[in-house]
Amino acid sequence: MFLEVKNLTKSFDDTRVLKGIDFTLEKGQVLSLIGSSGSGKTTLLRCINALETADGGSIYVDGNKIFDAELLNSKKKTQLKNKLNFGFVFQSFNLFPQYTALENVTLAPIQHIKDECKKNKRSKVYCKAMIAAAEEKAKELLEKVGLADKMDHYPCQLSGGQQQRVSIARALALNPDVLCFDEPTSALDPEITGEVLKIIKELAAEDMTMIIVTHEMNFAKDVSDKIIFMDNGVIAEEGTPEHIFGASENPRLHSFLSSFYGAHKV
Amino acid sequence: MNFLDITLDLLGGFGLTCLLFFLTLLLAVPLGLALSFCSMSKYKAVKGVSRIFIWIVRGIPLMLLVCMIYYLPGLLGKGGSSNIFYMLDLYFTSLSGSNELLYYGSFLAVLIAFVINYSCYFSEIFRGGIESIPQGQYEAGKVLGLTQGEIFRKIVLKQVIKRILPPMSNEIITLVKDTALANVIAIPEIIKRAKDMAATDALTWPLFYTAVFYLLFVGLVTILLGYAERKLSYFKA
Repeated sequence: MFLEVKNLTKSFDDTRVLKGIDFTLEKGQVLSLIGSSGSGKTTLLRCINALETADGGSIYVDGNKIFDAELLNSKKKTQLKNKLNFGFVFQSFNLFPQYTALENVTLAPIQHIKDECKKNKRSKVYCKAMIAAAEEKAKELLEKVGLADKMDHYPCQLSGGQQQRVSIARALALNPDVLCFDEPTSALDPEITGEVLKIIKELAAEDMTMIIVTHEMNFAKDVSDKIIFMDNGVIAEEGTPEHIFGASENPRLHSFLSSFYGAHKV
Repeated sequence: MNFLDITLDLLGGFGLTCLLFFLTLLLAVPLGLALSFCSMSKYKAVKGVSRIFIWIVRGIPLMLLVCMIYYLPGLLGKGGSSNIFYMLDLYFTSLSGSNELLYYGSFLAVLIAFVINYSCYFSEIFRGGIESIPQGQYEAGKVLGLTQGEIFRKIVLKQVIKRILPPMSNEIITLVKDTALANVIAIPEIIKRAKDMAATDALTWPLFYTAVFYLLFVGLVTILLGYAERKLSYFKA
């Protein structure tokens, strides 16, 4: 198992948002999280990415424990290996407005190189070469997401779809083990969601391990190896797209899907 | 005294005005930033104390604050009549062997009052600017593995500067004109000198003439701040 989430719980004040989540994901697989608003799917994704701290449970990547609420709560405050395992693509892009598309992508990698050089007292030549390589890679990534001609544009000069594609390149620049998407197309006009979904599909074809919170049912059906349907803080149903969209007899899933398709037929 | 003499005399006073202006700016910006961090601290005691401090300082007229800093330490001290800033004035005067009383001690008192006052105003502007940056910017930095310091320096700071420039411009222009308050403890800045001319030479026009100096200086400051704003207009935040 590549990613393993065990008994994750999270409450905000008195509201229990996650009531014990367990799931696993194999390398190269795509997992979609579906469910109505407030079901806890975004909170789950944020807990996995350490944007929220879960109250209980643990997370393993490639056999290494990267999060354990017990350790965090114990007085020892044992620090787990702080390796960056996840990339995160936000619903609202969150690009850095004062930097160009290229600078948005290179900012973190170059900062990490500088930090590493300082810490290990690397030679200037080595650092410059590393930084040049990071810039080269950032350009390749922007080309890959179809923005070769927009590298020097600032976020305010880009459309929503273009901004989201920059933010995908930005996440990829750090070679994440798992790339997470939090409703990546919800802030986009319907006619440009396609350009973002296309890139996610291409990444899936390259066996990128991904977790996607989405309301795009047809897309989830198309791209996923596994789908988790969340309802009221628990995993109400999980399985292959065929199972979720066909075989499953889970009544809550049925009512979710029918309300969903009902709303979209209008 | 002819026009040129008067202009030169006033210009000498205006030099003091500028000195007070630049020193206040130089000290109050970093202090204000530190104070703004304190007023946003997660430790309630730090946050509470700094907010009460800001409330008190902003609630006292600057002219009164200048008088308090200048007179109160002496009044509270032993004997109740020794003004440490005036004693500093005397000390520097005797040290230099000058015939005229030097005002370095008094100037220090004014500078302290100005720095305290403007740190508080600046800190509230900084706090507003920092708190207005969307949470998503911090989160984006965090998922990219940047430390809190890196997020502040590399991502947040420039956006904050862009947002606070207009209110800071206001405050900086007010500072230029507030320097005139230094005359309440007889520091020979431009207004004090013009008032002396009215008192000793019965010349009233130099007092109104001082407006030209302030106008020119504020004009220069406005141009510089406008330039800074245009420099940051290439992005939206």
